[in-house]
Amino acid sequence: MNKVQSAQEAIRYIESGMTIGVGGWGPRRKPMALIRELLRSDVRDLTVVSYGGADVGMLCAAGKVKKLVYAFVSLDFIPLEPYFRVARQQGDIEVMEVDEGMMLLGLRAAAWRLPFIPTAIGLGTDIIKNCPDLKRVDSPYDDKEWVAMPALNLDVSLLHVDRADARGVCQIKGPDHYMDDWFARAAKHTIVSCEELVATGYFYDGEEARQVFWERSNTHSVVPIPGGAHPSSCNPFYGFDVRHFKEYADSVKAGGFAAYRDKYLGGASEEEYQQSVGGLEAIRRLPLPVY
Amino acid sequence: MNQTVQDALPDYSLAELMICAAAEAFRDDGEILATGIGLLPRLAASLAMKTCNPDMMMTDSEAFMLSEPNPVSGREPSQDKGHVGQAQETWMGFSRIFDNVWSGKRHALVGPSQIDRYGQTNISALGGTYQQPKVQMLGARGFPGNSIHHANSFFVPAHSKRVFVEDECDVVCSIGYNPARLPKGYRFDDIDIRRVITDLCVMDWNGPNHMLQLLSVHPGVTVEQVLDNTGFEVHVAGEVPLTTAPTPLQMNIIGQLDPLNFRAKQIKDNPPGDRR
Repeated sequence: MNKVQSAQEAIRYIESGMTIGVGGWGPRRKPMALIRELLRSDVRDLTVVSYGGADVGMLCAAGKVKKLVYAFVSLDFIPLEPYFRVARQQGDIEVMEVDEGMMLLGLRAAAWRLPFIPTAIGLGTDIIKNCPDLKRVDSPYDDKEWVAMPALNLDVSLLHVDRADARGVCQIKGPDHYMDDWFARAAKHTIVSCEELVATGYFYDGEEARQVFWERSNTHSVVPIPGGAHPSSCNPFYGFDVRHFKEYADSVKAGGFAAYRDKYLGGASEEEYQQSVGGLEAIRRLPLPVY
Repeated sequence: MNQTVQDALPDYSLAELMICAAAEAFRDDGEILATGIGLLPRLAASLAMKTCNPDMMMTDSEAFMLSEPNPVSGREPSQDKGHVGQAQETWMGFSRIFDNVWSGKRHALVGPSQIDRYGQTNISALGGTYQQPKVQMLGARGFPGNSIHHANSFFVPAHSKRVFVEDECDVVCSIGYNPARLPKGYRFDDIDIRRVITDLCVMDWNGPNHMLQLLSVHPGVTVEQVLDNTGFEVHVAGEVPLTTAPTPLQMNIIGQLDPLNFRAKQIKDNPPGDRR
């Protein structure tokens, strides 16, 4: 089975009104090339589920988002994501604000084909008071009330990984695969971009198969895009692009997203984008973050 | 320690005093994961692990638990390890952090934007409505889950009525000792809010009916200053002691944990710890 596709072909699975999940975390290992391809499409009215960074900011700024399911949206070293802020403060998007762990439970419920998972998270807070999507239930086993975190059923998930073979065996060798396995399992269709397309035999050696976190049946499209997480990081290949993120964040006060879009996203392809940021070699040289 | 050393206590900054006061919050925790969000809280947790609670667990803020805390100036990333030279002992990716959170074996030291009389906090948004806040901040992050599952302490670098608000928080992100919001089947004892360390004082939530109460004021700070800068009533039980000054040992360890003195840039103008 060959699941290799171009970004353009893969993104065609996304239709207006769908619910999409985006892997990675804040400024780390986001499938940004797939997001850029989505920005080039005329898809709209998406519900987006994400541990959000610039993926969410850009989709909001481009008017693609009807509803956002989030626990935070942040670039970490720039704590407040500029275009998410604008979208929220203008009241542009519907929201379901949840806790980080609740989002994980929602993805697990979807993956396990459950309607909800009971949790104590949210009790006593405005998370359940403000959000009509979150209901409380009684337990058949104790006298406490519990929050019923609903399944976050995804039509499509977008992920970026280190390596994949053509059949969709995906490897994440960086220090953390975040919740990407659950995004893959929660979606009907998972599109994975990768730094390297490898032969299946790559996984036979040593410990390589230990960094594969979901079965290939959960991967539906494989899109080789080296550098495809830029400007987010793809540890150990490259760190996040501090200078680029600063320029992106500053653009909110100078020309807005239109100015950023004209400068970096005007081209018809990822190749043109990468040229505008110095090329793949420059991306691969971006230092890994120091903690 | 002999008397000569006692007399020669080094000068210490307010940041260093706050680090030592905050480290105390972890003293009796035993074998739990301590998480300090921000540079001074992270230094406080690291100091506790090196002194009063060696059983404590910490992470590298990325994906591994450490036997020895990393210096806050960081370690160079490594291709085959998390970071060069770090004493990593357990993989601890973000999904696994939640396994720990939900087990209750964690104590987080966090810096909320707002704290109210019930110990409820806010980092999500200010003003406006759910649909359209006036000021969007981070989002609730892990506060709802942290607050109902494990111990939490608060670190406040600028003690004011903007942080310690008169009314309830604009967005209640963490559960507190609020009878109106107590979930069915819960008692206040199920909620575990510990210390509050500010640039003026140290407090906890063990006043009458879990009121915020003053434990100590930093040298040169008056009780009135604390009360005047807090938007709600603070319980004061009799004479309030001074916050304990850092020991030479603590100062030495802080220096090792923060060799580039990042701590000097954390509190405005880096004031001395003793402001008498």
